[in-house]
Amino acid sequence: MILEVERLAIDYATRAGRVRAVDGASFVVPEGRIVGLVGESGCGKTTAVRAIMGVLAENGRRAGGRVSFKGQPIDEATTRRHLWRDIAYVPQSAMSSLDPVYTVGSQLVEVMTRRGGYARAAARARSAELFELVGLSESRLADYPHQFSGGMRQRAAIAMALALAPSLVLADEPVTALDVIVQRQILDMLRGLQRRLSLSVVLVTHDISVVAYLCDEVVVMYAGQVIESGPVREVLARPRHPYTMGLRNAFPDLLSDALELVPIEGSPPDLADPPPGCRFAPRCPFAMAACSATPALIADSRAPGHVSACLRDGEVEQLRPLALDPVTWQRSSSYATS
Amino acid sequence: MAALVELRDVVKHFPVSRSLAEIVRGKHPAVRALAGVSFDVGAGDAVAVVGESGCGKTTLGRLMLKLAEPTAGTIAFDGTALATLAGDSLRGFRRQAQLVFQNPFEALNPRFTIYRAVAEPLLNAGVDRAEHMDRVVSAFRRVHLPDVGRYLDKYPHQLSGGQLQRVVLARALVLGPRFLVADEPVSMLDVSVRAGILALLREVRDAMGLSAVYISHDLALVRYLCERTLVMYLGRVVEDGPTEEIVRRPRHPYTRALVAAVPVPDADQSRAPLPIRGNVPDAREPPSGCAFRERCPHAMPRCAVETPALRSIGERHRMACHLE
Repeated sequence: MILEVERLAIDYATRAGRVRAVDGASFVVPEGRIVGLVGESGCGKTTAVRAIMGVLAENGRRAGGRVSFKGQPIDEATTRRHLWRDIAYVPQSAMSSLDPVYTVGSQLVEVMTRRGGYARAAARARSAELFELVGLSESRLADYPHQFSGGMRQRAAIAMALALAPSLVLADEPVTALDVIVQRQILDMLRGLQRRLSLSVVLVTHDISVVAYLCDEVVVMYAGQVIESGPVREVLARPRHPYTMGLRNAFPDLLSDALELVPIEGSPPDLADPPPGCRFAPRCPFAMAACSATPALIADSRAPGHVSACLRDGEVEQLRPLALDPVTWQRSSSYATS
Repeated sequence: MAALVELRDVVKHFPVSRSLAEIVRGKHPAVRALAGVSFDVGAGDAVAVVGESGCGKTTLGRLMLKLAEPTAGTIAFDGTALATLAGDSLRGFRRQAQLVFQNPFEALNPRFTIYRAVAEPLLNAGVDRAEHMDRVVSAFRRVHLPDVGRYLDKYPHQLSGGQLQRVVLARALVLGPRFLVADEPVSMLDVSVRAGILALLREVRDAMGLSAVYISHDLALVRYLCERTLVMYLGRVVEDGPTEEIVRRPRHPYTRALVAAVPVPDADQSRAPLPIRGNVPDAREPPSGCAFRERCPHAMPRCAVETPALRSIGERHRMACHLE
């Protein structure tokens, strides 16, 4: 395993008090695989990745758990040594990793000389190589970020992430802001680079179609916890957790025959005051009294195969067909308003 | 039945700052946001306008609401050219045609209560104050926020994204419009909440007999909203037809690439290379003839000299391409 995350807990200090944004999340990234970390806004996926890199916001701190890179535990202090060299980051908006006042090429050179001990000439040669790798013309190294289109900027951000030949790339919504054709080009490029350079990748996204297109494994998060994980094909074709089943029904699908999307009523809980037991129970059509009365199960996604944190996992074969029926998700005749 | 909204050869240019060389040569470069768009929206129809950034779809929406003026061409609402509207007739139009904002988190003034936000259009339209509360309450019912008392004194930050989007819709409906333009109405919402808003948009449209234009980059999403879709590329409509036809059997080479690029939530999906080359050209200097030809796998010499017109290729289906 290139990356192991064990019961990671992250707190943010807010005016409303302590908010546990990630609460006992465990997952692994096998060598040479693309793992999708998927969930809706506020589920903790970005926080988890930022914690792994040791770049949490100022009011955030690791409150528990272990993160290991190639078997060695890393914490906030030691992570920084690995940044760029071993673990690299591709942000959602490439504008946030590119400085508008320097040319893209000089920023690439800067990363290599400052962080990788490259001599300037060697760094320049490597910049040209990197640009070619991500499908940009060498002549564009002299351009400023604003002269690039969104897709080109994202390619440049990927080139920068790969500058010091890391083995693990963490990408946070790398294609979300892009048009669909450009998005596809970037995804195909990421897959090509992953194979060519034997990279391991964590792709943070809200888009299960992107996960389906690109990822080998998927880890589904809800309200700060991992609720399901496994091989993408398995999890999407035979989801085990009711939240994943609901997400599948709610997600637009260009090719499906159903012309009705089914919402999951309600909204995710306020993490300053999460519900007891399973956090999805208040929205779950299959919830029983026990779901809220017993502590939430933790999906141990370090285990191989397909795992789910649902108390009724033993009945999943009966629940799954029910979840396909839109009526199951209508809790009452009126629409949910919260 | 006559169309509610008619667009004829609508052109919109935005001037851009000139370089010294352009000033010397007397050139006036402009971004050609719309390069001649014609279509009708029938009473009660719902039409999706899809395309990538820069295709002109947002400009089109603004022109249809008279939030901007076309450079050339005409837009008529209920038989009257928008260009002729002023004073009372303009106020009348503003009551009947409403915009649903893209981002519910930015659409509402954070310092106004929800009541004030929804009642504001009534105030602007000069509706008698005595009627405001009843109108607001009925708009809230329409968007399934039945427990009105819970919301009216709240501020936007106290509501969830789904609730805010319902409030934004209530605000658009409070004057009883006949025509809605919604620009990416659900793109900021989480998946689990989005489906409910889509269902609501359809329900409201049917119940009030509204005509609606939905502007979106997401072809997968508009399937759930509209029976008719217009595909735009670089300021032109390249295909116009029933949404299911466009999704299942796209005809224009650009639509084919667009459909092929949309990922689906299924591990078994085509990963074949897209039938398209290069990037979107500069809208200041689009290629001659068909603006798509440089990226098109089927381009012929004719494509460089003759701009293809939208022509009928089936029942309620048009495309702008020289291919048979």
